[in-house]
This record gives sequence, C-alpha cells and structure tokens, in this order.
Amino acid sequence: MTVQERPRDYSLVGPEHQRAIERGLATAKWYQCPIDRKQMKELMRRSDGPAIRDTIIWFGAMALSGLGGWYFWGSWAAVPFFLVYGVLYGSACDSRWHECGHRTAFKTTWMNDVVYYIACFMVLREPTVWRWSHTRHHTDTIIVGLDPEIAVPRPPDIAGIILNLFGIKSAIALVKKLSYHVRGELEPGEETFIPESERPRVYLEARVMALLYLAIPVWCLAVGSILPAMFFGLPSFYGAFMMVFFGLTQHAGLDEDVLDHRLNSRTVYMNPVFRFLYLNMNYHVEHHMFPMVPYHALPKLHEAIKDDCPTPYPNTLAAYREIIPALLRQRREPGWYVKRELPRHAAPLDPGAAGGAIIAAE
Amino acid sequence: MPTAIAASWVEACAADAIDEEDVIRFDHAGRTFAIYRSPDDDYFATDGLCTHEKVHLADGLVMDTIIECPKHNGRFDYTTGKAKGAPVCVDLKTYPVRVEGGKVLIGLD
Repeated sequence: MTVQERPRDYSLVGPEHQRAIERGLATAKWYQCPIDRKQMKELMRRSDGPAIRDTIIWFGAMALSGLGGWYFWGSWAAVPFFLVYGVLYGSACDSRWHECGHRTAFKTTWMNDVVYYIACFMVLREPTVWRWSHTRHHTDTIIVGLDPEIAVPRPPDIAGIILNLFGIKSAIALVKKLSYHVRGELEPGEETFIPESERPRVYLEARVMALLYLAIPVWCLAVGSILPAMFFGLPSFYGAFMMVFFGLTQHAGLDEDVLDHRLNSRTVYMNPVFRFLYLNMNYHVEHHMFPMVPYHALPKLHEAIKDDCPTPYPNTLAAYREIIPALLRQRREPGWYVKRELPRHAAPLDPGAAGGAIIAAE
Repeated sequence: MPTAIAASWVEACAADAIDEEDVIRFDHAGRTFAIYRSPDDDYFATDGLCTHEKVHLADGLVMDTIIECPKHNGRFDYTTGKAKGAPVCVDLKTYPVRVEGGKVLIGLD
C-alpha cells in the first residue's frame, strides 16, 4: 500500500517531530484488544521462577560453549563452540536486555536490574539511555519523528542491515553516543526523551562503560592473545546475527504512524529454541499491546486475543518471505508498506485514532 | 494509611468492589483517582493517572504495596505515592481513605 514516495525525516528534532504532534500521534491512545480484568491480572502476575530457570540455562550454556571454545582454541574445532557462545552472548542478550528493562522478567526488581546491566554491556547499549529510549518506543511505536527505535526507516538501509548482522552499526552508534556522554552531553534528539534528572546517571554510566570496553584490548595485550576478547566484547559482533534475524520480524516493512499495534507489529510462531533465545518476543503484537505481561505469559495472552488480531505468521521463514521483498520494494517506493489484514470480526481501527496514515492510504 | 486532613469525604465505592491486592478507577468532579485494596485488607487512594505519561493506573498491576503502570511499567508505592524509579520520576499524590458501613470514602482537598 502506498501513501507517499518522499523519504521521511526520522530524526527526533526534524519537521516530522512537530508534524506527528500536530496530527495527534504523540502519547496517543492506542487500540487494545478487549480482555477481562481478572484474566489480565492472571497474565500480568510476576514470578521469579521462569526467569531464574532461563537465566541459569543461558549462563550455563555460555559457560559450556565457552569452555569448549577455550579447550579447542587454536584449532577449527573451536569454531562451533564460539558460534554457540557468540549467539548466546551477542544475540540472546537482546531479549534479556528487553525483558529486564521492562522489569517483567523476574518478580524481584534487583534481579531484573542485575541482568539488565549485564545484558546492556553485551548488547552495546547504555542502560539509562536505552531504558528511556525504549520507554518512548512504547509510547510512540513506529511514529516517525517520535520513536527513537525505528530499526528500518524507509527507504531501508540494506547495507546497514547487513553490517549489523556483525554488530557494526550498533557499535558505531554506541561509540557516537559515548563520545557525547563521556563529555557530559546528550546526542541531539536525546533531550526529547531523557529527563533532566536522569542525565547525570547517563554520563556516569557512559564513563564506566567506556572504561570496561577499553579494558578488553588492554587485557588482550597483557596476555598476548585475542582470547579474552573472544569471550568479552567480540561476541557482540560475531554473535549478533541472530539478534538482527529476530529483531527484523518485529516491525520491518509494516505501517508507520498508526495507533494500532496489530498493524505495525508482527506475531510470528517460532520453535522452542528460537523462543528461548528471543524470550517469546515473537509475540510482538501482544507485547506492545500489553507490555506488563511477562514473557513467559505471552503465549497465553496470544491465545486470549488472537481472534482480534491479524493471522500470525506460521514460522520465521514465512515472515521473511514477506519482509525481504517488502524492504527491497521500499528501497524503490519508500511510501509502500505491508498492510496487515484484520480478521473480519475483529474490532476495526478507530479512524479517528489513525492519525491519517490509514485514511490517506489508497 | 494516609493521615492528611481532608476538606470533604467522598464515597468512592463499596469496599468489596475491589479485590484484595487490586485497584479500581474512581472518577469524581472531573478528576480521576485510583483506589487500592492491599493484601492486608487496607485501602488507599492516589491520583488515577501515572505521573509519567498520564495513563490510568487502574489498568495496572498491584503487587503488595506497589502499583505498576500498564504502559511503561513505572512503579509507585501506593501507600506513600513514592515513585520507585525510571521511568517514573515524580511521586503520586495520595489521599486519606476511611471505610465506613462497607463503603470506601476518600478525603479530597
């Protein structure tokens, strides 16, 4: 579906920012599927058990694969071990970062915060900056000029996506942000979502993170081997490809500026291994619509609201059969997007809440 | 329970209209409030909207003495109104509550 052909300005301080506000898209009311309060309370219920189990498996699998990599270091036999270690470190960290950032993974706050900080280091994200960035992402999901986490602006930067399979774009973005924050300044646009009271913490964290990252090459030089970096630092690059693989399914190719997560997010059925690595974020419509539901309850939430949502993608391959052609087409036609079909009996989008994007569509 | 002096007491709801460890919304005179029932069967009242982005807290989750906002998971201690950290930075206003004849009354200033 085509709305406009002109590339848009995705910055948070450009003309789209004011335009989004004028169109009533900022901090707007979003569609929510009807769900009984008692059922929702049950779904929202917190528990430490599932996240403790999954964190033990996560760190345990990293320890075992890392041990194999260390044992076979110097031979090709180390490659599969580091591949597994890299994916656990450089990709699975993204969903841990995400769930613990929402503080829904564990019931106990400090457990969320400890895993959040560890995952931030792994995923190359500053904790406080990204907590606020993600808060804005949930307020204004895929609203151009407001959402700082639109992963695939149109026209899509295909080369950038490929580079990010190896963490390159993420690393460049981190270095750029750190260069501001260690000097006690915000990157332009960040002032729109990071409150004044949180900024000293941003600068402190940036300085600590910069020192921690710099310690890795120092450690390698001290021991005369790249091996320490294979365990800390480099996995954020050589293991990042699955994070991109999962992450693109969330919103890529779908509509912008529409106040209904059923139209700008995907729910994709995934196998148990993927769901462990991704902590059920494949139920992305459900997560955005009800972000207080912990990851382990998302399959139940999906069952409760699926009749009011577009048909889920049966597997990741099916999602990519849509995403890849969509992104290639958006290279030529930036205004084109995949229109998600709501079931006939689903509650329709409130035209008054559409912000104009749907109304203007052909 | 809050002990602030109230200018007027307003009937908000029946005491048994709120489940234990839950919250309901109460609108009055153009204002919106959240009325809580704690696991210890005490009642509390706060402003109804999150101080972060004005979302109704009555749609959120009560955990012990904490209310979690349904939109961004910001947390407050509803017994004191204290914000418990990002993304909520501003405390909630609390109101005195008393239960009489099976009704929950909140004291408004």
